[in-house]
Amino acid sequence: MPHPQARVVVTGLGATTPVGGDVATTWDSLLAGQSGVRTLTQEWVADMPVRIGAPAAVDPSEVLPRVEARKLDRSAQFAMIAARQAWADAGFEGDAEEAGVDPDRLGVVCASGIGGLTTLLSNYDHLRDTGPRKVSPLAIPMLMPNSPAANVSLDLRARAGAHTPVSACSSSSEAIANALDMIRLGRADVVVAGGSEAVISPLPVAAFANMMALSKRDDDPTLVSRPFDKNRDGFVLGEGGALLVLESAEHAEARGARIYAEVAGAGMSADAHHIAQSDPGGQGIIAATRKALADATMDITDVSHVNCHATSTPVGDIAESVALNAVFGEHTGSLPVTATKSMIGHLLGGAGAVAALTTILSLHNRLVPPTINVDDLDEEIDLDVVRAEPRKLDDGPPGALTNAFGFGGHNVVLAFRRT
Amino acid sequence: MASTEEIRTGLAEIVNEITGVPADDVQLDKSFTDDLDIDSLSMVEVVVAAEEKFGVKIPDEEVKNLATVGDAVSYIEKAGS
Repeated sequence: MPHPQARVVVTGLGATTPVGGDVATTWDSLLAGQSGVRTLTQEWVADMPVRIGAPAAVDPSEVLPRVEARKLDRSAQFAMIAARQAWADAGFEGDAEEAGVDPDRLGVVCASGIGGLTTLLSNYDHLRDTGPRKVSPLAIPMLMPNSPAANVSLDLRARAGAHTPVSACSSSSEAIANALDMIRLGRADVVVAGGSEAVISPLPVAAFANMMALSKRDDDPTLVSRPFDKNRDGFVLGEGGALLVLESAEHAEARGARIYAEVAGAGMSADAHHIAQSDPGGQGIIAATRKALADATMDITDVSHVNCHATSTPVGDIAESVALNAVFGEHTGSLPVTATKSMIGHLLGGAGAVAALTTILSLHNRLVPPTINVDDLDEEIDLDVVRAEPRKLDDGPPGALTNAFGFGGHNVVLAFRRT
Repeated sequence: MASTEEIRTGLAEIVNEITGVPADDVQLDKSFTDDLDIDSLSMVEVVVAAEEKFGVKIPDEEVKNLATVGDAVSYIEKAGS
């Protein structure tokens, strides 16, 4: 039975990021303006054109049992950790049945940008160096991009469907949008949704650097990621992920769950402009933003905050500013925005979900984390960027948006509403 | 050549490393699937690690005949002699 009017709420949050191994540590670090960007120490880094990144603050090997960890690509390890946190945070214990959730009404949408790339590469090394017998029989189940979704579904015994949207850096926002649809269309009551990424490894670092997507700054690593600042020159590769528990309001209320916020709507578009460059006019972003607002039945004045995609690239950050001004007009000036990638770098397939989680906490706690390193706001950025200190959101408009855009021209805007 | 007990002990270490099953549970009469709950993918990992450890070849078509730990130990003993 379709439930097009079903309200969807967030009841659980989980994350493991460059600034914290859980949601509370991540949130506190973001509010404190702490950077998780580091000089990478792996041996292979010496030959690289870029030697900084934002590794996970807590290595998954410290959290997962050894035998479980060795069967999962690092990206799936992050997803599993975040999913279990979110599940517990929503008040559930054990698998679906044990938690009192109908397994056939529990779904998983867990995105990845690039899949189990490091598993693929290490197995290729085995093949080349020692022959086919040393290629792991687990290589395929570990490297397939749907592996995190499949493993979370296995772990929770979730049987309503396990899905993996792939749209580069907007993947995990798309996951949340798809989860919203699943519940609205009556295909699930509860969906664990988000995404993860783990590609701090020589080939992706070299490849992103050769695209001229990464910052080439080689000074204090904490100063390198600087969205909206005049001297930004590219993003910093991060790793980790976030998963949220989405639930129909009816299901959440029936079990007396704590509700963080409502997932009010989603808007998606494709630039059809260039495979990897932002459309400077932001037409795709404008379209996705308007669709999200319409889907959420919000006017521009219902929005009090935007968590920006802003990765610290010269063209991308301006395009986002242009688009926000086009949509919000004069209201843009009373719309505090932030770019948490200044502290955690860019989690690619995990970025949208971490940003969504941050947006939800901003609404829930009425507090927007600062963007660090905006020493000299680019004059082409016409936005009220929260800097230095967290900004208090007053009891004004209840809405907030999360932006995520991906290579390929994908734009996903999520709209959340304070509850 | 290693003794039966040395091979069993070596195999037990491999099984523990790959599946987490306690090494002491890996006894000659135990079935890999029914008693030790080792799935077909993990079994391939065990076999490849055993080949390396004991310097033998265990062809894929033989693996299905190795139902118990004892079967595997006997096979490795014969293949290595």
